[in-house]
Order: sequence, then structure tokens, then C-alpha cells
Amino acid sequence: MSESSCNMCERLLQLYLDGALNEIEARAAEAHLDECGYCRQHYRFERAYREYLRKTLTSERMSSELKTKLAALKTGAGSL
Amino acid sequence: MSEQASDATGRGLAEQARGRVRFEEEALDYADQVFQVARHLADSKEEAEELMQEAYARAFRSWRSYTPGTNMRAWLLRILTNINIDRGRRKQRRPVERPLEEGDYALYDRLEAAAGGDSNADQERLLHRLSQTNIVDALAELPHDFRDVLVLIDLGEFSYQEASQILAIPIGTVMSRLHRARRLLRQSLAGSLEGAE
Repeated sequence: MSESSCNMCERLLQLYLDGALNEIEARAAEAHLDECGYCRQHYRFERAYREYLRKTLTSERMSSELKTKLAALKTGAGSL
Repeated sequence: MSEQASDATGRGLAEQARGRVRFEEEALDYADQVFQVARHLADSKEEAEELMQEAYARAFRSWRSYTPGTNMRAWLLRILTNINIDRGRRKQRRPVERPLEEGDYALYDRLEAAAGGDSNADQERLLHRLSQTNIVDALAELPHDFRDVLVLIDLGEFSYQEASQILAIPIGTVMSRLHRARRLLRQSLAGSLEGAE
């Protein structure tokens, strides 16, 4: 496998990271990652990239005003 | 109604009321997590806050349709996503003009190049070249149909199958939109690196 390009397994890598491959396909992907340094490097990057995006995009907190408004929507307490 | 039957009815109502209180408290415990997804399904923080209020009002009204012990966060996000779709706030965006000619690895290659071609550069350090503002803006610029799928799967942590059910689209469409959304996002982020250099 060329260490400078491996376009064929780009999409497979995404499916692997999504947990969307069946057992046989996942084993084949893992075997490929063991032998292809190019894909292994991109796999490590992809994992870190996804985590970085998730952390970055979920860092914004709800305002206390919104929390108060949501709590005010409760109806159960009044019916006890 | 006999006194005995009346007592039983009273106990039933009290139990139902307690169940409702428990449900509402549990739903509010998930509000932060639901907001993190709502924030990126909506176009702005203000719109996300409106969406949250509408979703929680609907959730509290239809609390009986929630099955205790199942995934409440997913249940709340289903309600919220459906409201977002129903609201008809689908602003027409211009079609994506930039062709998707770059592969999935293009962002990595661009970051690596920005680090002086050091292929052993620390991944975290490379990623910190992407600012929070650029990431939030790049996601907001994605066409809604693509963004919804990416947000539900990558932030909401839904499976392809669940996203397919929530959005009422075939699973193949979920996969193709997700692939395209991720690629567009990478392309946009790679472009933001060019602008920063």
C-alpha cells in the first residue's frame, strides 16, 4: 500500500469510526490500518478531529434565563 | 362512587402527579445536553432558545408518551428536531458552489502543511489551528439538510438508523448527506486556514 495516498479506504474509515461496519468489514478495516501507515495516521487524526469538533461545538452553555424559563414550563408540581 | 373506589382514584391521581413531577425534573436535567444540539440545529443562539422552550413545552404536555427507562435525551431531541422541521424555518440557502473535489484527508494535509510539513506533529496542536469561531461558522453555513444529519449523528450521537427515523428520510440518504456534510465542513475549515495564513 502506498504511504502517500490511499483514497480507496477514505470512506471506509468514516464508516469504521461511525461503528457502521459489520464484524467482517471492521476486521478487514483493522487489518488494513495495521499495515497502512498512511491510513493509520489519518485514522488517528480523524479520531482527534471528531473529538475536537464535538468538544468545541458543545462548549456553549445554556443561559440561566433559559433554565428559568424551562423550569417555569413545568406543570406537574401544581397538580400535586 | 363508593368511599373505597374514591380512595383508589385519589391514590391513582396522586401517583400520576408524582410520576409527572419526576418526568419533568428528569427532562430538565437533560436540558444542557439538549441545548448543545439545539444550538447547532438552529441558526442562532436566540433561535435555539426559542426552540428549546417550544420543545420543552411540548414534552411536558405529552409526557405520557415517554416510556420510563428509555433514552430520555433521545426522546427530547426527537421532539426538538421535529419542531425545528415543522417550524418551516428552512431558509433557502444558495446551492454549494464549490465543487467537492477534495477528499476526506484534505483538511489533515492542509493542517500538516501549515505546520511546516511535519507529519509527526502533535494532532491536538494541529487541530488548535482551527478556532472555535471558524468551526461554529463553518457548521452554520452548511445547508440545513446536511447540517441536521451531521448535528444529530456527530453531536447528538444518534445512529444512522435513528437519524433516519427522526428526519423521516431513507438511511442511504442519511449516509450520503452525512458524507457530504463532513466533507463540506472540512473544506470550509481548510479554507479558513488559508485565510488565516
